[in-house]
Amino acid sequence: MTSSPATDPRSVAGKTLELSGGCDLLVVGAGPAGIAAARAAVETGAGVTLVDENPVPFDEMGEHVPQLWGGRMGAEIRNRTAMMERMLEVRPDLADLFDLGVDLRLGTACWGLFVNRANLGWMPGPVAGLRDAGGSSLVGFGAAVIATGRRDMGLAFPGWDLPGVIGAGAAQMLAGLNGALETRRAVVLGTTTEALLAARDLAAAGVDIAAIVEQAGAPQADAALVAEVEGQGIPVLFGEAPRGVTGDADGVTGLQLKGRAIACDSVLLGMGAVPMIDLLQAGGARTVFDAARGGFAPVLGPGGATSLPGVYAAGDCAGVWGAKSADPGIAAAEGAAAARAVLGQAAAAVAQPPEAPDLDGYRKGWVRAAVIEALEEMPVCLCEEVTARDILDVRPPRYLKAGAGRNAELSLSDILGDGPPDPDQIKRLTRAGMGPCQGRRCREQIQALLALREDLTLGAIPLAGYRSPVRPMTLAEIAPQREDPAIAEQWDSWFGMPRQWVPFWDVEPKYTVASLANRKDHVSE
Amino acid sequence: MSVSNAKAEGAQVIVVGGGVTGLSTAFWLAEAGVDVLVLERGLVGWEASGRNGGGCSHHHSPLFPEEQRLWPVMDDLLGYPTEFRPDRIRIALNPTQYELYSRAVVNARHQGFAVDELDAQQVRDLVPLAGETAYAGHYYRFGGHANPHRTVQAYAWAIRDRGGRVMQHVAVTGFVTEGDRVTGVETDRGRFGCDHLVIAAGPQTARLAARLEVHIPMRSARAEMIVTEPLPLMPLGGIDGNGLYGRQTLRGNLAYGGGPHEWVETEALPDRDRPATPLAGHIARRLAELLPKAAHARVIRSWAGLIENTPDGRPVLDRPAPWSNLTVGSLSGVGFGLSPASGRALMQLVTAGRCDFADLSSLRLDRFSDLEPDWAALQGWLPAAALAV
Ligand SMILES: Cc1cc2nc3c(=O)[nH]c(=O)nc-3n(C[C@H](O)[C@H](O)[C@H](O)COP(=O)(O)OP(=O)(O)OC[C@H]3O[C@@H](n4cnc5c(N)ncnc54)[C@H](O)[C@@H]3O)c2cc1C
Repeated sequence: MTSSPATDPRSVAGKTLELSGGCDLLVVGAGPAGIAAARAAVETGAGVTLVDENPVPFDEMGEHVPQLWGGRMGAEIRNRTAMMERMLEVRPDLADLFDLGVDLRLGTACWGLFVNRANLGWMPGPVAGLRDAGGSSLVGFGAAVIATGRRDMGLAFPGWDLPGVIGAGAAQMLAGLNGALETRRAVVLGTTTEALLAARDLAAAGVDIAAIVEQAGAPQADAALVAEVEGQGIPVLFGEAPRGVTGDADGVTGLQLKGRAIACDSVLLGMGAVPMIDLLQAGGARTVFDAARGGFAPVLGPGGATSLPGVYAAGDCAGVWGAKSADPGIAAAEGAAAARAVLGQAAAAVAQPPEAPDLDGYRKGWVRAAVIEALEEMPVCLCEEVTARDILDVRPPRYLKAGAGRNAELSLSDILGDGPPDPDQIKRLTRAGMGPCQGRRCREQIQALLALREDLTLGAIPLAGYRSPVRPMTLAEIAPQREDPAIAEQWDSWFGMPRQWVPFWDVEPKYTVASLANRKDHVSE
Repeated sequence: MSVSNAKAEGAQVIVVGGGVTGLSTAFWLAEAGVDVLVLERGLVGWEASGRNGGGCSHHHSPLFPEEQRLWPVMDDLLGYPTEFRPDRIRIALNPTQYELYSRAVVNARHQGFAVDELDAQQVRDLVPLAGETAYAGHYYRFGGHANPHRTVQAYAWAIRDRGGRVMQHVAVTGFVTEGDRVTGVETDRGRFGCDHLVIAAGPQTARLAARLEVHIPMRSARAEMIVTEPLPLMPLGGIDGNGLYGRQTLRGNLAYGGGPHEWVETEALPDRDRPATPLAGHIARRLAELLPKAAHARVIRSWAGLIENTPDGRPVLDRPAPWSNLTVGSLSGVGFGLSPASGRALMQLVTAGRCDFADLSSLRLDRFSDLEPDWAALQGWLPAAALAV
């Protein structure tokens, strides 16, 4: 070696990511917020790309990503072209965006946001990972409006893994967006605004809603909405909780409650509508538990600015509350406001959530009534088959065949150490939340279980982190189609330091950079 | 060692850092009956110690024989499973890789460890997920892999079971000294007294030691890994090659890393955000080449960790002057596998001032006494932002 190297050849320096194009504004999610954002931006002449993962690939639906789809999809759901046509039909304002020149990509999931920040300086600019039927690609963007919507909280009771147990919001999507919900007779669990709206709309669409079940003594939503569904002839039962289901090869045939049984082919989970923050949080946006906004939500500034420069949140992923669920105009106004902020226009005022409902007591109430009181050997984490008992005893995963050991007698703080019990630590030790659905079905339950056990509020329990890719993809799919040759040339399993793997009996007593002139075989780890 | 500080607000030995290095040191101290307190800024193992490849095959290190002796007995010693599994296979997809990997074999054989050469068919027979891409391989009859999460927690539980203490969510911010002794640490939760201090704070080791005027040249880098959904278990989980390191977990997931690292500024205190990047796709591509029959497996997560690195990439295990009661331990990117041995060596440095089972002279801090002051720039180890200005 004659001169000193200025860059480390094995580092990212001098290596580029191959991007497949870019846009001024990337909008993720084609609901009311995303559509309004795309529209406001494209009307000023900005280059807008709007992606929406719907129609979600059938296999992924089977894994309950990103919704608790519940296996009551009709065969037509496999016909992606028909599903895309249907989406444009039921959302005419989406079809309009085509004419306005928006690069509209349906069936395209955004699996990662990559923005330079502390500990990351390698990105050529803000980058998003997209995935469609053709595979994955990376696009650059100037700014992004994330409008990924919401998902339903899961609730474990015996049989909740059977086809027919569906998120209430997911059922609404299947019925409305896809026209492919096969449910004929359903019981709705929960009296949140979102549950009641789902019951109301599905009943109007011809689904027989046998009952709405509430574990508490009073409804969570406004009395007016309760009266409305009761007016549709739907009974609302209080002080009840699921104990199991009856089922056959096709899934649920009935719901067993504490005090009665109800014949139905579907159970719709409506005890919690949660902002879908996976993409934002995995991308590094700061989040905070905010009961008024339905759980963990992004920390927001004017126009819905997240802590990631150039990345905004709008619609349900920025916060879910009853009035907003009842009026899509609120989400649309947030989308338009985010676009204004992106374009540097004066901030527009948007609706704020009212005083927080007792989300803490309500969600804990459901987890106590169903998961804890039943305490069957029913998994809370379905991907990794981890029960509430496994979680609270911090039992090692089943493959170790170890049992709880001493942990069964110890307190959570003796097991996990100081500080609030952290779901990420629980995940590492029990595997709860470690599967392909990234805890979408279990995380609110784990949060409530830990909070109940330690007598803490939900907000005191940290968020289990999301990780990119926030949609599962095969190795072949996520592999880049093109790669900077410099990456291949310098790829080493480890850092490629000239002295790191030289055996200890062969290294010089003093290390200087100059001493590297005396070359030794480079040994890779 | 006196027992003057063995009381609630302190301990005979305080260990700063609850990664594998600090925890293993504390385990061995507690095992030896020493009153030990680990102070960890976040959760145990939240940093590199819980984000690594789990590999335990460091044939270049003076601690290698002890690493190899200890891993098979760690579950029994700690009383909790580490998920250690012995042996590794390294697969080369072409003659160049084979030649590169063959050099590592020399180190192992030199120390009396056995390695078998495998032809492509033997590789396919031993590794069900391998395929036509295999060119040749090596079967290491040593080394292996363990589950970092379980290992970290096993250390922490073993410390607790022996009467030692691990405090989480405590940030060490400074030290109290008296003459040539460090008598306590300052934290965001008050002052803790000690008779001996161990700094094993990963990338933050240099910053902390600098407060005691001990200068350890170090830089931090970010490295990434991916993990797939579970696949049927292969007979041997420790499969490397094609520029990747990694393992099949006992659950069946393939967890792999490799590729370019990024030099970053060392944080004053560790934060929670550890960005992963689209490098995941490049790792995935190589994993599909290495194990073609897994190409259909889905990647379900990726993550990054921050790695402590000295200029030569070798650990610093030392009792630096002028202090009479200070021990520092930084493993420079090879710390997980070596942890059973590094912790035992550090325990001996604390209690006896020397290590009786390994020659640590190549890991002394004074090997850097002639180091160029601008070594990081000379080696290109500066963050992109720093290079740009
Ligand atoms: C992606 C990746 C793959 C790897 N693969 C392997 C592998 O296969 N095999 C292998 O052997 N090694 C591997 N490594 C390296 C290995 O993980 C590290 O060398 C090892 O974990 C270092 O352990 P440590 O305890 O020294 O440091 P750390 O794990 O960094 O722990 C240091 C701890 O100190 C705490 N701390 C810091 N400052 C303070 C403060 N002021 N007060 C209180 N606490 C503080 C931190 O919070 C942290 O928990 C890998 C690393 C990465 C990131």
